[in-house]
Amino acid sequence: MTLLTTPQEKAELLEAAVKGRSLWDDARRRLFRNKAAVGSMIVLGFLTLMAIFGPFFWPHDYETIYNDRVLEGPTWEHLHIFGTDPQGRDLFVRLLYGLRMSLAVGLVATGVSLLIGVIWGATAGYIGGRVDQIMMRIVDVLYALPFIFFVIILMVVFGRNLILIFVAIGAVEWLTMARIVRGQTISLRKKEFVEAAEAAGVTSSSIVTRHIVPNVLGPVVVYVTLTIPAVILTESFLSFLGLGVQEPMTSLGNLISIGAREMEIAPWLLIFPATTMMVTLFCFNFIGDGLRDAIDPRDR
Amino acid sequence: MLAYTMRRLMVAVPTMLVIIAVAFFMMRLAPGSPFDTERALSPEIRAQLMTFYGFDKPLYIQFLDYLKGLATFDLGPSLIYKDQTVSEIIGSGFPVSMTIGLAALLLATCVGVPMGLFAALKQNSLPDYSIMAIAMAGICIPSLVVGPILSLVFGVYLGWLPTAGLDLGKMTFETLLLPVVTLSLAQIAIISRLVRSSAVEVLRSNFVRTARAKGLPEGQVLAKHALRAALLPLVSYLGPACAGLITGSVVVETVFQLPGIGKNFVTSALQRDYPVVMAVVVLYAGLIILLNLLADLAYGLLDPKVKYE
Repeated sequence: MTLLTTPQEKAELLEAAVKGRSLWDDARRRLFRNKAAVGSMIVLGFLTLMAIFGPFFWPHDYETIYNDRVLEGPTWEHLHIFGTDPQGRDLFVRLLYGLRMSLAVGLVATGVSLLIGVIWGATAGYIGGRVDQIMMRIVDVLYALPFIFFVIILMVVFGRNLILIFVAIGAVEWLTMARIVRGQTISLRKKEFVEAAEAAGVTSSSIVTRHIVPNVLGPVVVYVTLTIPAVILTESFLSFLGLGVQEPMTSLGNLISIGAREMEIAPWLLIFPATTMMVTLFCFNFIGDGLRDAIDPRDR
Repeated sequence: MLAYTMRRLMVAVPTMLVIIAVAFFMMRLAPGSPFDTERALSPEIRAQLMTFYGFDKPLYIQFLDYLKGLATFDLGPSLIYKDQTVSEIIGSGFPVSMTIGLAALLLATCVGVPMGLFAALKQNSLPDYSIMAIAMAGICIPSLVVGPILSLVFGVYLGWLPTAGLDLGKMTFETLLLPVVTLSLAQIAIISRLVRSSAVEVLRSNFVRTARAKGLPEGQVLAKHALRAALLPLVSYLGPACAGLITGSVVVETVFQLPGIGKNFVTSALQRDYPVVMAVVVLYAGLIILLNLLADLAYGLLDPKVKYE
C-alpha cells in the first residue's frame, strides 16, 4: 500500500471524495466510453460544419445552371466531384444545401415539438386531477389522427411554405413528448427523494428545479435525439412526394426523389444523397441510443 | 371487459367526429377548388356545378350533410372522376393497400420476433451485436431509398421482378414482393429491437429465475414462461405499427406505382377531390382506432396483471 506523502495529494483525494460524482458526470462518462456515439458525434459535427460553411468555399452555387454539363458523372473537371443533376447544377453544393435544410427542419421541428410537449406534459402531470384527464384525453384523440394525411393536406392546401413544414411536423411529433414528460412528472412527484426534500423543508420551486427538472431531462434529451431523425424522415417523405421544399431550394428527400427518377442513367444522383441521409440518420440514432444507455443504464 | 370495450367505442365516436371536422374544414377553408381546370369554366357552369355538389350552402350545413351521408355509408361522388363514386375508388384502392400492409406486417413479425429473441438470448455477444446492427440499418435506411434501390437491382439490373405498376385486380406474388419487402424492413428493425429489449428484461426477472431454480428444462422456461411476457410489448406496438405502415405505404405506392389508397390520397389532395380525401382520412382514422382497441384488448387477455375496470 502506498502512503500518501504530500499534503497536496491528501487534499486532492479528500476533495474528490467529498465532491462525489453527479448523475450527469456519470452519464457523460458512460456516453464518452460508447465508441459508436462518440464517432457519430464527430461525423455529425463534421457534416454540420460542411453543411453550414461548405457552400461559401465551393466554386459553384446551388442554383447556377451549366447547360453544357447536364447529368455529368463525378469528375474533377470543373470540380463537379459528385457530378451534376438533370438541370446541369453541381450536385455537391446542392447536397450541402439539402443537408443544411434537412438538419434545419429536424432541429426546428423538434424544437417546436419539445416546446409544446414539455409544457403540455408538465402542466398535465403537475396539476393532475381533472385538468390532467382532459389534457391527456386530447392527446389520445390526436394520437388517432392519421397525421401524415393531415400534413399532406396542410402542404397541399396552404402551399409549400417552409415555416409551415417546420410547424406542421413539429405539431405532429409533440404528442409522445407530452406523454413522456407527464409520466415522468407524475412518477417523480411520488418519489422518496422528493418527499425527503419536502420533509426537509425545501421550497417547491427548488424541488422543481433541483429534483424534477433534471430527472425529467434525461428521457426528454434521449427522445429529442431520436425525434430529429424521425422529423428528417418525415420531411423527406413529403419532399419525395413533391410536397416539401420547393425548387431551386432543396432537401435530402428532394434530392433522393430526383435521384430515384434518374437512377438508371445517373446512379450517382441517388447514391450520394441517399448515403448522406443514411449517415446522418445513423449518427442521430447512435447518439440517441448512446445517450439512453448513458442516462438510463438499466438495459445494459 | 365488455364494459371496457363499450366505453372505448363511446370515446371513439367523438374522436372520429373531431377527425372528420378537422379534415373537412381544413380542406374547405383552403384556397383552390376542384373546378380549377386548365380551361377556365364559364361562371354559369361553375355556379351550376357548385349548386349541384351543394358547395353554395353555408359550410356548416355542408358539414352536417356530409355527416348524414357518412352515417348511411354514402361517401358521395368523386369531383374529378365523374363516372366513379368515392366508394368505388376506395373499393379499388383499399384491397391493394391492405394486402401490402398486412403482408408487410406479417413478414415483419415473422422475421423480427425470432431475430429479437435470438439477440436477447445471446445478449452482448457477436450475434447480438450483428442483429442489432442490422436492425439499426433497417431504421436508418428509409423506404424511399430502399424502394428505388431494390427496384433498380432486382428489376432493372437482374430483371427478375417487375419494377413498377400493377394491373387493377391482378395482384401477383411477383408484383407485390418488392413493395412488401420495402415496407417491412423498417418494421422488422423496430420489432426486433422491441422484442430484444423486453426479452432481456424478462430473462432477468424473478419468475424466470424461479422457473429455472425449480429445474425446468431451458426450452420450457423460454416457451412457457419467458416468451409470453416478452411478447407483450409487441402486442401493444402492433396498433401504432399500422399507422407506420400507412405512412410507408404512401411512399411505397408512389415508388412502385401501385394503385393503392395512399397514392389515391396524394393525387386527390392535389386535385382538391374533397370526398375522396375525406373518405381516406375517415377510413384510416377508423382503422387506427379499431386496431388500437384490439391491441389493448389482446394485451389484457395476455397479461393477467391488467384489469379493465
